[in-house]
Amino acid sequence: MKFSFTEKKDTRSGFGDGLLEAGKQDERIVALCADLTGSLKMGAFQNEFPERFYQTGIAEANMMGLAAGMTIGGKIPFTGTFANFSTGRVYDQIRQSIAYSGKNVKICASHAGLTLGEDGATHQILEDVGMMKMLPHMTVINPCDYNQTKAATLAIAKHEGPVYLRFGRPKWPVFTPEDQTFEIGKAIKMIEGSDVTIFATGHMVWYAIEAEAKLEEMGINAEVINIHTIKPIDREAIIESVKKTGCAVTAEEHQINGGLGESVASVLSRELPAPLEIIGVNDSFGESGKPEELLAKYGLSPEAIVEAAQKVIKRK
Amino acid sequence: MEQQVDIEKLQNLASQVRRDVLRMVHAVQSGHPGGSLGCTDYFVAMYFEIMDYKVPFKPDGINEDLFFLSNGHISPVWYSTLAHAGFFDVSELSTFRKIDSRLQGHPATEEGLPGIRVASGSLGQGLSVAAGAAQAKKLNDDNHTVYVLMGDGELQEGQVWEAAMYASHHKIDNLVATIDYNGQQIDGPTKDVMDLADLKAKWESFGWTVVESNGNDMDSIVKAMKHAHSLTRKGRPVVNLMSTEMGFPIDFMVGTHKWHGVAPNDEQLEQALGQLEETLGDY
Repeated sequence: MKFSFTEKKDTRSGFGDGLLEAGKQDERIVALCADLTGSLKMGAFQNEFPERFYQTGIAEANMMGLAAGMTIGGKIPFTGTFANFSTGRVYDQIRQSIAYSGKNVKICASHAGLTLGEDGATHQILEDVGMMKMLPHMTVINPCDYNQTKAATLAIAKHEGPVYLRFGRPKWPVFTPEDQTFEIGKAIKMIEGSDVTIFATGHMVWYAIEAEAKLEEMGINAEVINIHTIKPIDREAIIESVKKTGCAVTAEEHQINGGLGESVASVLSRELPAPLEIIGVNDSFGESGKPEELLAKYGLSPEAIVEAAQKVIKRK
Repeated sequence: MEQQVDIEKLQNLASQVRRDVLRMVHAVQSGHPGGSLGCTDYFVAMYFEIMDYKVPFKPDGINEDLFFLSNGHISPVWYSTLAHAGFFDVSELSTFRKIDSRLQGHPATEEGLPGIRVASGSLGQGLSVAAGAAQAKKLNDDNHTVYVLMGDGELQEGQVWEAAMYASHHKIDNLVATIDYNGQQIDGPTKDVMDLADLKAKWESFGWTVVESNGNDMDSIVKAMKHAHSLTRKGRPVVNLMSTEMGFPIDFMVGTHKWHGVAPNDEQLEQALGQLEETLGDY
């Protein structure tokens, strides 16, 4: 294993800690939450800056409109609720009042994907990246661990324009540096390799690292690239890597339809046609269960990445 | 002593704005003349008597009153009013709804039309935006007022009541909403499509201070908006239930929902313009 971790932390805590720090750095930052302050880890910001924290109650559509309005007057609003209620429930409000209106709102979404766990499919949104990346002006970010989520939160505070920041609930390995600077739109090469490229996003970056170790044991030299920004996608990083490896696997905790895999496929098919395997949820809803159990059942595992890598190499 | 309001001057402006509205929708044979005509007196009162705003336009809206149009389909009346108030040249009104225009069918910021701060048209969103902008003013110690206009049919959208509950709970008392209470929507009278029942009681129960006015009488609407402003900064948001007639004052347009989103033909345009004095010159 080329990466190791000493602790597991939830990416939502990375958001909460990043928000507090961003709030200290810039007094224009305000936060809104729809009755999920504890789940989103926004309590520290609320305690430190009560006059800049707005409880909206269970009314997400209103929250998105409020955030759009607060930008008029120079505020930088961060909205917080589950990914499900941050996207599908309020798509039209985001589309008209935020994206089309070019508003500097940061839509911060926790409990994304299957790893929300026991609450089941009503809350496990797997379509959010697709919805958000289709919107003109929208930036879409899915960091991989606590440290990167904290760094991403600080970075989006300094970025002008609407952003969708996706993170999750489970405690997950912390394997990226504490002091990293986060560059929006810039993929990170985690492991250098030459036989196949694994492009992963969010929680699946750790699984890609685990898969690389297994592949190495089989004599396969995989490159692992962390695509934390799904839009705008880092086309140069994709092309540079696949020019070398000649094939790729993508891995994400999202529907195959509309996700990272399709973004990578779009770049490759137009600029560098190459065999590609896409690991994601295959057009189905999730269900209740433990995060790791769910990921395994729906085909999102290090083993699935290994199999896909072996398969795609044969297609070269 | 309060300065005398020149009602006649405002009425002359309103007559010209109504001519503009009819000519704009006629030129492209699309758009929404009914609500635009019904709300013309309100728009003229707001931009020429009530609001303190800056020209040239500054999108951040700091240290000025703000206006949001939630029922964005009545864009013609807003565009004409903005042009006459100096935000852009009145000649640009001729580009309404045409390709490459800043005057989109529904108000938008994408093309950079001065006077517009958020897109609207998909109904029910404007009160939320206005409430957020009003809270930003409070954070900025900006002692100006935020105004928003909504249609009455629009109140069937649930988001409006989310925002109404929020504004009251958070004591957003630098916010004045106005309802274009014309009792009509595309499919017919609101009482038949989806009855709004006792609107005054609804807003009062949500914790708002309610003002009522006749939106087709310049003196009444000016007085009502001044009264509404005087009720701000008292711990509660304020709403003005403004009775209007869709299509006012064109004799063959009033009393029906038919002219909500239908443009007059050549003959109807001539007939309507014959009922409105050209006070400032057509664009």
